[in-house]
Amino acid sequence: MEAYALLLAATLNAGTVLALAALGLLINEKAGVVNLGAEGLMLCAAIAGFVAVVHTGSDLLGFAAGMGAGALLAALFGVLVIWLGTNQYATGLALSLFGVGFSAFVGIKYVQEKLPPRPQFSWPVLGDIPLLGPALFKQHPLVYGAMLIAAALIWFLYKSRTGLVLRAVGESPASAHALGYPVRLIRLAAVVAGGALCGLAGAYLSVIYTPLWVEGMVAGKGWIALALTTFATWRPARVLLGAYLFGGVTMLQFHLQGAGVDVPSQMLTALPYVATIVVLALISRNPTWIRVNMPASLGKPFHPG
Amino acid sequence: MLRLEARPQPSRAWTYASPLLAIAITVLLGVLLFMALGKDPVRGLQMFFWEPIKTKYALGELMVKATPLLLIALGLAVCFRSNVWNIGAEGQFIIGAVCAGGVALLADKESGRWMWLAVVAAGMLGGMAWAGLTAVLRDRFNASEILVSLMLVYVADMVLSYLVYGPWKDPAGFNFPQSKTFEAATQIPRLMSGSRVSVGLLLALAAAAALWVFLFRTRAGFAQQVGGLAPAAARYAGFSSRRALWTALLVSGAAAGLAGALEVAGPIGQLTPYVPAGYGFAAIIVAFVGRLHPAGMVLSAILMSMFYIGGELAQSRLGLPKSITGVFQGLLLFCLLACDTLVTYRLRLRKA
Repeated sequence: MEAYALLLAATLNAGTVLALAALGLLINEKAGVVNLGAEGLMLCAAIAGFVAVVHTGSDLLGFAAGMGAGALLAALFGVLVIWLGTNQYATGLALSLFGVGFSAFVGIKYVQEKLPPRPQFSWPVLGDIPLLGPALFKQHPLVYGAMLIAAALIWFLYKSRTGLVLRAVGESPASAHALGYPVRLIRLAAVVAGGALCGLAGAYLSVIYTPLWVEGMVAGKGWIALALTTFATWRPARVLLGAYLFGGVTMLQFHLQGAGVDVPSQMLTALPYVATIVVLALISRNPTWIRVNMPASLGKPFHPG
Repeated sequence: MLRLEARPQPSRAWTYASPLLAIAITVLLGVLLFMALGKDPVRGLQMFFWEPIKTKYALGELMVKATPLLLIALGLAVCFRSNVWNIGAEGQFIIGAVCAGGVALLADKESGRWMWLAVVAAGMLGGMAWAGLTAVLRDRFNASEILVSLMLVYVADMVLSYLVYGPWKDPAGFNFPQSKTFEAATQIPRLMSGSRVSVGLLLALAAAAALWVFLFRTRAGFAQQVGGLAPAAARYAGFSSRRALWTALLVSGAAAGLAGALEVAGPIGQLTPYVPAGYGFAAIIVAFVGRLHPAGMVLSAILMSMFYIGGELAQSRLGLPKSITGVFQGLLLFCLLACDTLVTYRLRLRKA
């Protein structure tokens, strides 16, 4: 039982990285922009956050640095894609390739650095419940933050006027433009906000989840987060659920390795990637379902007038 | 204020000028980066643009690295021209290398010199099979080829890792994760002594010529590209989009697999976890910078090879991290995409 409680705790922790990133990407995609640069963006944010914590000792500044780096790179991506009309896929790829190289370049001096251990957060009273306490109520505050962000996003997208405009921009930019909304500015705002969340995910990864810097440490989580928005058919609650599911798959491999299951470790490491492919195939199998749920102008450029 | 104005037709001049402008801007950014790091920018640029062409041997090394980049990029060009976003060439390269390595390990002292042909064929088939997985999932399950092909890179990496840490590990290798060194019979024939350039270079150039013929002189090549430019027109003309998808992925898989085979049976000579060198990703940049045109990609493959060699030299001689290569590669693609705006738009000064 103890082991399962810890597995659940680890799942929530691992899922948080994916949840933050995927919720960010969801904001982009709801406005009609696909950012294939998530992987590179998260890597740059991870090193930015790590460097900030090494030099200042403050986790909060680390998160801020990660979000700043994410927002900055996303803004660059956004200007290229939205104003210069560059191909979204190619530009995102450029961001990913650049991010991999740039983070490795900057991070080389920090490979040996370690972060000091932080006091563990615990909810008063709830944290002391046996089993349930360690499983659910002794996480880093940002784990609960991700849930709050998901809830806020549901409210924003489906209950607020601004959210409605954002969705309109993703569904039919021409109509939104005709109604007088600044489509390109709204898209840029969505891209920057999404980038900041991806950045927060990257910083959480290098500052809290595995408090160290390793070249390429995001290891495909940016891409899995991209797949998550499709899995979730672009619904925030399902994104959160999917993120925990995949966090669980990631943790399962360590659990199985620890339990001494007689499978090559590489096969277990490949598990999250294989799972992504399988789920993606299952969900996408019905093209109508995808088409109904996908923001209609996803990936398409918009030129006013 | 500056304003973008759509051109009535894409500018031919800018189609050619845009990659050159992008290279110029990247070099300029490189100079600024060297200065910011307190390094002499002239010496920095020398590492990238002069040292790789200074001697005959260096030129050979330039070609050794340009060969896989060109091969992979040629295959990717077929994909990108038909709007198939295969970004997992790195995985197809790895599996090509693994299959080629598997055949190479079967060779013994008595094996004939024809063995290298079997190695190369195995590599191509391996790459095709790996890309075929993406094609099946796209075709039958409608799964995004971008995400599937990319995920398969990680899986391919694990396959390689499993083999070299497990069943294919050299028993006499002091427990290093590497296979036995391949027999001489499997070695890709070299073109001349004193250089590592192999027949792979000729294969790559022949592939470039073949691609040119396919794209611009055959009906099949035309049908292949129409789907990318105008899907509705392709449907109306009766060109099958499924056929285009399969052709694109199988061709690019074969090309990447061939590149992988040439690498392991050529300069590397065994399987190690360090077989993947990022060529599959760099080739995406090669393809775009070369305008998806065979001749253009020959030039951009050489340029990207310079980036690789320059990065290694910058590490050994200037004490800069080798990853500077990745920084420049990414910057180049960014600059290219931005400059490409000038192909379809012109800048105008707007009067206030």
